Amino acid sequence: MSTIALTEAHHGSASSRVWSGPAPKRIVTGYGFWIFILSDIIMFAAFFATYAVLLGQTAGGPSGRDLFDLRGVAIETGFLLASSFTCGLASIAADSRSAIWFQLAMAVTCALGLAFLSIEGNEFASLVARGAGPTRSAFLSAFFTLVGCHGLHVSAGILWLLTMMAQVFTKGFRPDIQRRILCFALFWHALDIIWIAVFTIVYLLGSAV
Amino acid sequence: MSNGHHEIDDSIDLAPGDEHVEDGIAQRIVGYLTGLGLAILLTATSFFVAGTNLVWEPSIPVALVVLAIAQMGVHLVFFLHITTGPDNTNNVLALAFGVLIVILLMGGSLWIMDNLNHNMVPMDQIMQMQR
Repeated sequence: MSTIALTEAHHGSASSRVWSGPAPKRIVTGYGFWIFILSDIIMFAAFFATYAVLLGQTAGGPSGRDLFDLRGVAIETGFLLASSFTCGLASIAADSRSAIWFQLAMAVTCALGLAFLSIEGNEFASLVARGAGPTRSAFLSAFFTLVGCHGLHVSAGILWLLTMMAQVFTKGFRPDIQRRILCFALFWHALDIIWIAVFTIVYLLGSAV
Repeated sequence: MSNGHHEIDDSIDLAPGDEHVEDGIAQRIVGYLTGLGLAILLTATSFFVAGTNLVWEPSIPVALVVLAIAQMGVHLVFFLHITTGPDNTNNVLALAFGVLIVILLMGGSLWIMDNLNHNMVPMDQIMQMQR
């Protein structure tokens, strides 16, 4: 990549920009992680397509209208949205190298994420208890795969969050730690974006059918 | 363009998720608060529209999809700081490609499966033919 750019600079390309060396590591890392997030979103798109196709295939079992508790979903949405906000505050604290505010904002993010997961766990448990587990119908298989996959991502995000708190505590705001915080923030905000699609397509549109 | 990160100073690009910080902490927090407010508004509208009788019913799915796309835009702008500026070109292009694949994947799946549903013989008739 750098050689191409160098030859371009030698020939005096149309761009008026002077070649200033390879991109900083923060941009390379962030951009690479951005590509990963987009590929993750494409994987979710496949699950969403599956869910949309199988929405009516309830095999005589309960449909979304019978099962979904929209009040619980609204509370879940509120928790995840608030955690996205506090994650943003943690990013600001990391940029200004304030360890106390960073740890505080991350702790709140973690608590909100755990609250989200506990509501989701309760919902799954109550569905299974009512005989509406993933084996009941194609609709429910698609539902548990999609929402469960998002829940797994949130769980992994919380483990990552705790790791970042520990790393900032022991190593401080080194440039490599800052890059990991950048990637974590991208991941967490992306999970919230996917949740918008989940509550719209799965719950709101799914309970209209 | 300083981002509190020395690595970035001599570059014209911005990492995805990063924003300019000359504005200071207060202004950045206001940015996140704006995003939070808009997101709450759009989410509340979605849940209201889904449960109300005040809206013409066949329009509800379209309204929900539009509200969701709007909220994704709000998150991208205010939380992920994706902008139309020249320092974000690479981030926007990667995003555009991702969106293209998502549209092909979801639109294509729904289109094909709908076509099959229309053109295939219903299941009970297949059972009768097998007898």
